[in-house]
Amino acid sequence: MTSTVSLLDPTTTDPGAAADAAVAAILDATVRPAPGAPRGVVVDSPPGAGKSTLVVKAAQELVGAGERLMIVAQTNGQVDDLVDRLASKAPELTIGRLHSADARPAAEALRHPNVLAGAKVGELLGQSVVVSTAAKWQWVKEVEPWRHAIVDEAYQMRSDALLAVARLFERALFVGDPGQLDPFTVVGTEQWSGQSYDPSNSAVVTLLAHNPAIVPHRLPVSWRLPASAAPLISAAFYPYTPFRSGTGPGDRLLFPTLAPDGTPVDAAIDEAAESGWALLELPARHTVRTDPQAVATVAETVRRLLERRLVARSEQGRAPLTADRIAVGTAHRDQAAAVRAALAAAGVPVDGAAGPAVTVDTANRLQGREYDVTVVLHPLSGRPDATAFHLETGRLCVLASRHRHACIVVARGGIAELLDDHPATDPVQLGAAVRIPPGWPEEVGTRLIPLLERVGAQFPDGWEANHRVLQELAEHRVRFR
Amino acid sequence: MSLLTTLARLQAVRSGHAEPLATVRHRHLGERPLVLVPLATAVEDGAPLAVLLGTDRTAPALHFVPQPLNRERRFEFLAALADELLPYLESFGTEVELVSGSELDPQTGEKLPITRELCADAPQLIVPNSGGVRHLALLGRATRFRRTAEDPDPGPYPAPPRVPLLGRWLTHLTERAQVPGSSLLLPMTGLLARHWATGQSHLEDQQLGAQLAWHAPPAGWTGPTGAAAAEFVETARDEHGQLHHPPAGPATDPRFDEKRLAPAIARYDAALTALRHAEGTAAAAAAQQALQRSVAALRERLLGVLLPTWHDVWQGLDLLRTLPPAPHVAERWESDRWSYTGHRDRVAAGEPPQPRLDDAVTAARKLALREREQVRLEVGEALDDPLAMAERRLAGEAFSGLVTEVVAAQDTSGKTAKPRPLLTVHTADRPHAEPGREVHRAGAPKSQKAEITAVDAAAGLLTLRLLNGMGRGKEPEPGSVPAVGDRVTFTLFELTPRQSAPLPEPDDTPWTHGGPPAAAQNSTATSEEWA
Repeated sequence: MTSTVSLLDPTTTDPGAAADAAVAAILDATVRPAPGAPRGVVVDSPPGAGKSTLVVKAAQELVGAGERLMIVAQTNGQVDDLVDRLASKAPELTIGRLHSADARPAAEALRHPNVLAGAKVGELLGQSVVVSTAAKWQWVKEVEPWRHAIVDEAYQMRSDALLAVARLFERALFVGDPGQLDPFTVVGTEQWSGQSYDPSNSAVVTLLAHNPAIVPHRLPVSWRLPASAAPLISAAFYPYTPFRSGTGPGDRLLFPTLAPDGTPVDAAIDEAAESGWALLELPARHTVRTDPQAVATVAETVRRLLERRLVARSEQGRAPLTADRIAVGTAHRDQAAAVRAALAAAGVPVDGAAGPAVTVDTANRLQGREYDVTVVLHPLSGRPDATAFHLETGRLCVLASRHRHACIVVARGGIAELLDDHPATDPVQLGAAVRIPPGWPEEVGTRLIPLLERVGAQFPDGWEANHRVLQELAEHRVRFR
Repeated sequence: MSLLTTLARLQAVRSGHAEPLATVRHRHLGERPLVLVPLATAVEDGAPLAVLLGTDRTAPALHFVPQPLNRERRFEFLAALADELLPYLESFGTEVELVSGSELDPQTGEKLPITRELCADAPQLIVPNSGGVRHLALLGRATRFRRTAEDPDPGPYPAPPRVPLLGRWLTHLTERAQVPGSSLLLPMTGLLARHWATGQSHLEDQQLGAQLAWHAPPAGWTGPTGAAAAEFVETARDEHGQLHHPPAGPATDPRFDEKRLAPAIARYDAALTALRHAEGTAAAAAAQQALQRSVAALRERLLGVLLPTWHDVWQGLDLLRTLPPAPHVAERWESDRWSYTGHRDRVAAGEPPQPRLDDAVTAARKLALREREQVRLEVGEALDDPLAMAERRLAGEAFSGLVTEVVAAQDTSGKTAKPRPLLTVHTADRPHAEPGREVHRAGAPKSQKAEITAVDAAAGLLTLRLLNGMGRGKEPEPGSVPAVGDRVTFTLFELTPRQSAPLPEPDDTPWTHGGPPAAAQNSTATSEEWA
């Protein structure tokens, strides 16, 4: 680890200084690599730790050092966001937005004078930075390889996509959040599980397995998550790379302007405003996926959040909590559609094209986004069973780490019992990648560790992470009677 | 599980009979499939015990290992299996059709016309369940690297000559079975479950006899089809404690192992020892006869547990043949024929057996192929089968309805005006459709795209602008635009799978994936890490 900052004692070091030191070390390794240093630099970034800022800085420094640069992101939305951000934060860069013939880039990305869009890479080679999706880069041929690349959201990129684009660059900075949803495929891949180049693995897992000299850097401070959320998210989802919040207790405050009306929904809003978390619990029951009562409760919570005119105070100043600062997260698309319909029926704006609106989407689509308050329909709410899909750590992690102020979880009762009835039963694959959290050797004994490594035990385990989050939420529970 | 499948399962619970999930048969069934029922030994993972196989339902051939722990007996078994199976597999390699295509000249980059051979038909193996596929994969893995007496370095235990070749074919078939929609090697339980829903869990459907008990009452059962009949298949035992319907393998019933198999093997062992002692004496002939009797007893007991499954598989084939083949099946079977032809050519060219582990590029290519075929299969099934399309419509991924209005309109932005008619469709479906969304017309004469311009969800009206597939003229070609009153179906998913992006050659594997695979990794290692 190049960073010498102690992370275990958050009270002594200033978070800003710790983050700056980490960023400086990463930029050094990227822009001025030591002779013989590995060709890749990996940065693990927890939610809201300044990953995007890091990418902009790295691009600026590389171009400042006279280099040309390619950037790989995973979705068109991410590419457009990145182009918009690069163009506004670094006007000195000339940016090429490479897109496919049938998908026009978003207007936000193209409004800047220093952005040039094109469907052919040859038109963009004069730009200092060329940005596109991994899917588009795979088709680029007959160009001189770039000396430097940045791979954004690298943990969402599949190993086979990296295999197809790695010929385009000599060195690369891989930035991503290891706690988010893993890439997936709809066909069987058991044949390759446990192999370092399993094509359905995340690109970073393959890269690290083949380049053991690469030691991942990490960004130690989450600027998004409030002091109430960072310790829980860190312990539950990032047990081996702990982080902390950039703000302290009391730096982020949320006040309702209108008094509560005595309903459980308002009580939950007050609890969340006070403590950063609330669990709004409906009576235990097995329901269909689009549980009408839960959907109605989610919609009512959002409606009251707006109606009670909350004010959010943070290090960025005071601002009213408007619809565009609220997001609803669900596990399935049909749930999102049901919530959107319920909100529209309640008169809450949900169409972003018509002005500020509440975002309602699945965990997959909320990755990388940030809001002041989130309302989450718990993935296990009302379910008779807990499948691997619903237990996936990344899903819960995404849903529980999008907020700057507070997160309200709506769920049926009985989730703890459901978890106990459905321990993880996925077959263990020999040789699968494993990382043992620090402190574990002392806790479980050194003789057990090689055994765990051999069977490819998964950390964090979805079952355990779910329990941990639930335990915290139970302290902020408001029940419907 | 989709909503429609759940509904069909619930209906099956109520009716006590399997309910259709398809109106057509979505997998290819050859004229001469080979049914193969494998059994494994309980002692060792993947150790073969017996195989009942053949293309004639009245004349199955049984091969078995009288002493499963004896490696020599195992090789005799594998040699016999190779002699039985390879002629069938190779028999499809002679009749070919010539397909002309083009190939890029690696030096000049020019397209050169070439003709390639494509086998007119391909073999098809049907096993009872997915456990059978796994068992064949293990057999293939265990045999394809064996050295034979013909090798320059045969080693201390050379295998019979055709055994490694058998291993390579089994490996090819089981690899191909991973490709969605492929039909070279199919498990009967999966075939039936794709076309009919039963009122039991997927786990119970893995038992072929129990699944068939939802189609017809099993032998020895007087009641109706359904859950009780399935339970009878799973649990009913005769007065000796043996199951009426033995499991379809490859694992055998432990009670059979204990009471019937183990004593028969012990008698075989004893007869063999007795023969060894009697050699050269007057008792030799009697001992030889005793040995033959013990083999015949084993044969009879194994046949007793294999034949019910054998008949079950053929009964399943009968059921599937009642469905007409889906239109896209032929196209998928052609891919299978290419796969078969390719393997035939690799064997003929003397290429080494498939490596133990794929390298990074091969693994990525296989995954890309499987993902592409999965999309192609889903689209093909939806276009072929209104029930499959209904699932997509219920999921909001397609909609079907009547055209209520057609307004001729043109795009005049270019040099020449192009037809862009507006269609209003009345539908009871609720697609996840927003204005601006691109949709694709199913069953159009030519592939046709449209853009949603307006949605009135309350009235069930969608307005679409047709974008192509209307010819080059100013006016759309006759028949290319639906008329008022026509029933149309549009999908939100594309109807042709996207091409997979090119991957590097294995020798160009980049540094991120460990560089080109070392030569050692590709060698035909005969020893396993764990051996």
